[in-house]
Amino acid sequence: MKKLVVVGNGMAGVACVEQILRHSPKFDITIFGDETHVNYNRILLSSVLAGEKRSDDIVLNGLDWYQQNSIDLRVGVRIAGVDSLAKTVTGDDGSVTRFDKLLLATGSVPLIPSIEEVKKEGVFVFRNLDDTRALLERCRPGLKAVVIGGGLLGLEAARGLQVQGCEVTVVHLMEWLMERQLDPTGGGYLAAKMNQMGITVLLGLSTSAILGNGKVEGVQFKGGGSIPADLVVIAAGIRPNVGLGHEAGLEVKRGIVVNDYMETSHPDIFAVGECVQHNGICYGLVAPLIEQGKVLAATITGNKGPKYQGSVQAAKLKIMGVDVFSAGEIGDKLDGSEVIRYEDPALGIYRKLNLKDGKLAGVILVGDTADSHRYMDWLRTQQDLAPLRRQLLFPAPTEDIGIDIAQMSDSETICGCMGVTKGTIIHAIHEKGVNTLAQLKECTRASTGCGSCSGLCQSLLKAVVPEFEEEVKRTICQCIPVAEDQLREILRSQQLKSVQEVLEIYGNGIGCEICKPALSYMLDMLWCGDHDEDRSARFINDRVHANIQKDGTFSVVPRIRGGVTSPDELRRIADVADKYKVPMLKITGSQRIDLLGVKKSDLPEIWADLGMPSGQAYTKGVRMVKTCVGTDFCRFGVQDSTGAGIEMERRFENLFTPHKVKMGAVGCPRNCAEATVKDIGLVGQEGSWQVVVGGAAGKKVRKADLLVTVETTEQALTAAALFFQYYRESANYLERTYDFVERIGIEKVRKETVYAPDPAKHGLLERLRKSKERSSDAWLERDTPRHPTQFIQIKPLEEVFA
Amino acid sequence: MKETQGVTRRWTRIAQCRDIPLREGRAVKVGNREIAIFNLGDRFLAVDNRCPHQGGPLADGIVSGGSVVCPLHAWKISLETGEGANRANSSSCVETFRTRVEHGVIFLEIAAPVVSSEGTSARDLPLLCVKPVTLADGEASCNHA
Repeated sequence: MKKLVVVGNGMAGVACVEQILRHSPKFDITIFGDETHVNYNRILLSSVLAGEKRSDDIVLNGLDWYQQNSIDLRVGVRIAGVDSLAKTVTGDDGSVTRFDKLLLATGSVPLIPSIEEVKKEGVFVFRNLDDTRALLERCRPGLKAVVIGGGLLGLEAARGLQVQGCEVTVVHLMEWLMERQLDPTGGGYLAAKMNQMGITVLLGLSTSAILGNGKVEGVQFKGGGSIPADLVVIAAGIRPNVGLGHEAGLEVKRGIVVNDYMETSHPDIFAVGECVQHNGICYGLVAPLIEQGKVLAATITGNKGPKYQGSVQAAKLKIMGVDVFSAGEIGDKLDGSEVIRYEDPALGIYRKLNLKDGKLAGVILVGDTADSHRYMDWLRTQQDLAPLRRQLLFPAPTEDIGIDIAQMSDSETICGCMGVTKGTIIHAIHEKGVNTLAQLKECTRASTGCGSCSGLCQSLLKAVVPEFEEEVKRTICQCIPVAEDQLREILRSQQLKSVQEVLEIYGNGIGCEICKPALSYMLDMLWCGDHDEDRSARFINDRVHANIQKDGTFSVVPRIRGGVTSPDELRRIADVADKYKVPMLKITGSQRIDLLGVKKSDLPEIWADLGMPSGQAYTKGVRMVKTCVGTDFCRFGVQDSTGAGIEMERRFENLFTPHKVKMGAVGCPRNCAEATVKDIGLVGQEGSWQVVVGGAAGKKVRKADLLVTVETTEQALTAAALFFQYYRESANYLERTYDFVERIGIEKVRKETVYAPDPAKHGLLERLRKSKERSSDAWLERDTPRHPTQFIQIKPLEEVFA
Repeated sequence: MKETQGVTRRWTRIAQCRDIPLREGRAVKVGNREIAIFNLGDRFLAVDNRCPHQGGPLADGIVSGGSVVCPLHAWKISLETGEGANRANSSSCVETFRTRVEHGVIFLEIAAPVVSSEGTSARDLPLLCVKPVTLADGEASCNHA
């Protein structure tokens, strides 16, 4: 078997090897990678930085893949020399490896602009997984971070750092952001969006020096001026890594020169990816590299035939809530081109199409990239657009995505990153027995790049696979035909803050008793209480902060944290019951006292007389923490469950949740306060706490799952807080924790909470803190009612009857 | 004062528009009964404040377009016709009242005099109608008489 040596274990090299494996004859393959990781999805590094994904999540080819294909993987070895006569490569570990064919996929290296004193502690590049980890280790909330470079990578890094809590400034040399993909207007819209997110953008500034004594303290600009910085990320672009090309005596310009068959100037040496230059162009995006890989695989295996004829460059900014798409020629000065534009500054939407000879030559979309797929297709196929001339900016919407899929031809590309066509996917379904998205990813690599085509892939599977079971996407009700998790993303990215607004834009404009409270909850949770609270969208209980009863009266349950009360409180409760002739006074199952049969108009005075906060017994929110007497009096208690329970109640009280949350804390495994059948339970043990979640003793009885065992009370409360906020953010409305935990699986719940990467945990706790900060005791509305007639019954202006 | 279908009705000053927040209802005690008035943004609609199902306070319901959803068991009642808007309750209905707004004041057209019996609350009064009657033109409507 001939020996193939691949230098570079990145996306381009490995994708090409995947293609080579489909051809025969077979090779004996060795892959060298200077990073110590298996092949991962470099595009998603910014998601790792933002804490949205862990490094495990972005692996494209696990070790088992290399083993299954008998590939000798040598990670952590940098190839330092190539001898093209002896046909050997030499590693920095001293190893010499012989090859019959050599594939260079060495990618690119970060471009470091000439800045004085750039080598300082706190200066980073952002190119690989190790850079990302180093950054994650370094960044902390409150740090001042400066990103040098306002291109795709720089902006994504900036957003990631901001999510980690840094104060971020982007410094860009050019007059507008992403100048290679956007025009000045588009760049302006983008800058406005970044500003809205709280990222400062400085344009037209050249960095001359990094300030600080050994450690970064600031950044200085040419022509004077400086800003402070604790952390600097250089993302000023990339340059093809062509050292080995020179070494091997290949023709090298900016990149290693290849022809349409991906051949270099040496018959047995090939190159693919960011390190090559084809027809004068070096590509830095993933889709072209995949196309090159396919051609190269044919050539190198002796099946020479397919030609690489260049790619349409397309770029999508992957920042949640900042939609930017650009493809093709986007400049204003194209010969003979016509420009069609649409702008809506209030909504931040900008669209620009460049037409040449009635065909699409380039497109820019900012603020709304929903139609990017269609434009991309027009670009690739060079379809004559004359008949569509009047709908170019807003192509007719496709109500049912299934129809759209049916209309696509087999040669149309579904996954732009990996270059997978509709035909390839259909072939995989019919010939390879693919019927889930996961199998489709594995088999065709579709949807493994930026992931934006996963919806299309799903629709295609649904249309073609007879037994395809779509992941059940729950919509709230018929008023808003959008899946709940998708809706949360929409509300977040579109910055929608009022129920009516959401209904008007994404729903039927009317809403009902099901979706209005659900949307109210979602907005409150997403904006941590900083939204336009619309009481008309709330159930009556949440308008008057009491539980409506069958006769239209209300029940009043004051907060008695942990069930611990005092003679004073009990006296006040008794006095209130007397004064307002409360028909029933009842001890509840939650160690609290319920005053039943209260008139709405008496509520404010009763609250004032009680002088106790609301127990939220009427809402989808934090109910209570039931406790046992713990260590204070009990002979068996080994943990202070009363203290821990009261503290937990204090930390979560006044917050809304997808459904009610009842908690418990017990001081020993005898479980007197039934913590193991609560939504969140703390179970005290000798020297530790078990934190359990998803228990139930209602319509359904379920023993809670163990989330984690920790040593201190503070750790237990933090674990509870992580789960609490995760449930608030990820559960469907009206989904109790016991359904939620079963649906998600406790393993995943652990991975997303107590075992999540630090930034993700920090994010959860920080958003919980914000929500808590803005929340307050609802019963304080007795003094400052939301509306003058909130609690009173209106009397007619004129006396009608004698 | 005017005569409608044999019942004396009169436009009565009831409440200030500002008393009723947008897309919410409020109950007004008129004599010995309660009327629920709703602010739909472009108009005010009024119905008897008793759900035909189990007497729930409609004024406390969530407004859904031109209907209100009773807070007790989610019966949906049209504020325009008074009829049940779900399949299950389509044959039930509540009395509706005509409304008019002048200088920020809501007027209701109320039948007068309404039977007033000492010691009887509005909730104890029998429902005014249970079944719609079909009019000559085929349109279903409530028999309020």
